[in-house]
Amino acid sequence: MLEKPTWKSTLKGFLYLLPALLILIIFNIYPIIRSFLMSFYTDYDYFNDIVHEYGFDNFIAIFQDPNFITALKNTGIFVLGVVPISIFLSMGIAVLLNNKIKLAGFFRTIYFLPFVTSVVAVSIVWSWIYHSDYGLLNYFLGWFGIDPIAWLNDPNYAMPALIIMSIWKGLGFNIIIFLAGLQNIGEQYYLAAKVDGASAWKRFTNITLPLLSPTIFFVSIISIINGFKVFDEVFALFNGRPGPANSALTVVYYIYQKFYEEWQFGLASTAAFVLFIIIFIFTIIQLVIGRRFVHYN
Amino acid sequence: MDIRLNNLTMVFDDITAVDQITTTIKDGELVSLLGPSGCGKSTTLMLLSGLYKPTSGQIFFGDQDVTKMDAEKRGIGMVFQNYALYPHLSVLKNIMFPLKMKKVPKKEAMERAKEMAELVQIGHLLDRKPGQLSGGQQQRVAIARALVKKPNVLLLDEPLSNLDARLRLEMREEIRRIQQEVGITAVFVTHDQEEALSISDRVMLMKSGVIQQESRPQEMYKRPENEFVASFLGNPPINLLTMKKIENGYQLEKSAHSLLFSNLATYPKSIRVGIRPEDFFVTKDNPRFTGEIIHIETIGRDTLIRMQIGDTTIRALVDPVHQLKVGATCGLDGKEENIHFFDSASGQRIETVERGEKHA
Repeated sequence: MLEKPTWKSTLKGFLYLLPALLILIIFNIYPIIRSFLMSFYTDYDYFNDIVHEYGFDNFIAIFQDPNFITALKNTGIFVLGVVPISIFLSMGIAVLLNNKIKLAGFFRTIYFLPFVTSVVAVSIVWSWIYHSDYGLLNYFLGWFGIDPIAWLNDPNYAMPALIIMSIWKGLGFNIIIFLAGLQNIGEQYYLAAKVDGASAWKRFTNITLPLLSPTIFFVSIISIINGFKVFDEVFALFNGRPGPANSALTVVYYIYQKFYEEWQFGLASTAAFVLFIIIFIFTIIQLVIGRRFVHYN
Repeated sequence: MDIRLNNLTMVFDDITAVDQITTTIKDGELVSLLGPSGCGKSTTLMLLSGLYKPTSGQIFFGDQDVTKMDAEKRGIGMVFQNYALYPHLSVLKNIMFPLKMKKVPKKEAMERAKEMAELVQIGHLLDRKPGQLSGGQQQRVAIARALVKKPNVLLLDEPLSNLDARLRLEMREEIRRIQQEVGITAVFVTHDQEEALSISDRVMLMKSGVIQQESRPQEMYKRPENEFVASFLGNPPINLLTMKKIENGYQLEKSAHSLLFSNLATYPKSIRVGIRPEDFFVTKDNPRFTGEIIHIETIGRDTLIRMQIGDTTIRALVDPVHQLKVGATCGLDGKEENIHFFDSASGQRIETVERGEKHA
């Protein structure tokens, strides 16, 4: 493939890209542009699709809305709570599973199961686990003399409950990705490190971590983006409410409320746009950090 | 420090990779483990390194029994076939790695690493990453990394097999030079006989997990102890002719050729006679072998002919001064001391005795 692109080859290339591109443009790109524009509608007749006035009113409005601020805060807490723990846990489990252990395939399946199970089913199970009177979790906590906690009804515990479930749910996917990354690290480096006198821990910090860094980087970007977009878990776990007293109100949930419940299309678009900017900034920050610490072969 | 192997055995599932090896590698010696693939030479090296633990038997470094000691603690240097340089570390950091693991102060570690880099002549490449080096340079880094911690033993696992032919020649001389400069005991695994014969003090030829012969390179070539050793060494390979005992000598199978050997230690029913192609010469004066030339090829300074005797084809490297033609009949002979005899049943060498001595 040393040929230079010609008009003919470019055209042929586009032809292959067309089917996927068409779908992406219609269902992703066009709506993104429309919602971006919509966030600037200040006076809008949505029955006749006539915009009377553009402006920044929506941006001013949502930042003055205490619910939106709560949503931002909750989303931030959620990301902070889920992402680091999930990465550490899944990396740890992946390293264990990567060892030559018996039934490794069985455990891999077990850990991957939550990921393929529907969020609604998972949430039903977890709302039972979290049940304040009959829940499994409170039952275990009872062994240690801890009084029953109203996980889903106490505003102080709703967010932790959501975080725990989300970590558990996301674990499988991350483990699989980490396992793939671990299996890409050649056995010879470990043998060489052994001969060079590196203990198991030294081998982990000096070989596994640096050579796994592209995977860690990938998983952390995906996890953060997914964390900011959290919605289904909230909706399903709290039966279509954003938790008690908005304690689990996330940005996407806020968008959903504005769009489907209050028909405030402008505000919903604005919130979506703000979320997009936040995710964009975080991704840029990660790319900058990644360039310094991530080693690519 | 001598390395002693005592009845060393390694069994993988149901395959015996190394079978009861007992030998000693002397201090400062460069020993080659030579053999076809799957003969157990690499396994033996892995056992020496401690990366594998033997099924039975012992390994001694000097007086110390290291059989159960982990690779981390054996104090060995190893060069892997694919070099296994840490891809995320610079050349300098790669060489410093073993010292870092030993908690040598950073300044000292850096000095020692640089010294070692000079020894292997890569002082100008210290800031590069392994991916930016050529095969030969990576090889040098791997040697420097193996030697920097001043190990007792240097183990080399087919270190030249990933290099191109010319570089291989250069690097094997380099390995020899470095080994002698440092004065380290080295064990070198290879499947390439030329490599083994050219650089080692001693060669151990292995097959099916058993050492077939261990001796100095020339001796192994001149006096193979069994048929396998004879056939493994030499290129083009040795001619092995199966001969059956007849009344007063041996007869080549399916031919009228019979030969009289009166100086063998024993006379089994069937023997294999080995003569290296270069040990033949063309003669008209009562040659041992006569046959039709079926092929002639000239490669550089050598002329290789193939001659048909009955069902047997023999190869001979002959002097180009003889004007030979395909289809012509030709006589070949070899000096008595260059003819090897093996018992067909056991494959073992049959010694020759001085003429007359036998019946004395």
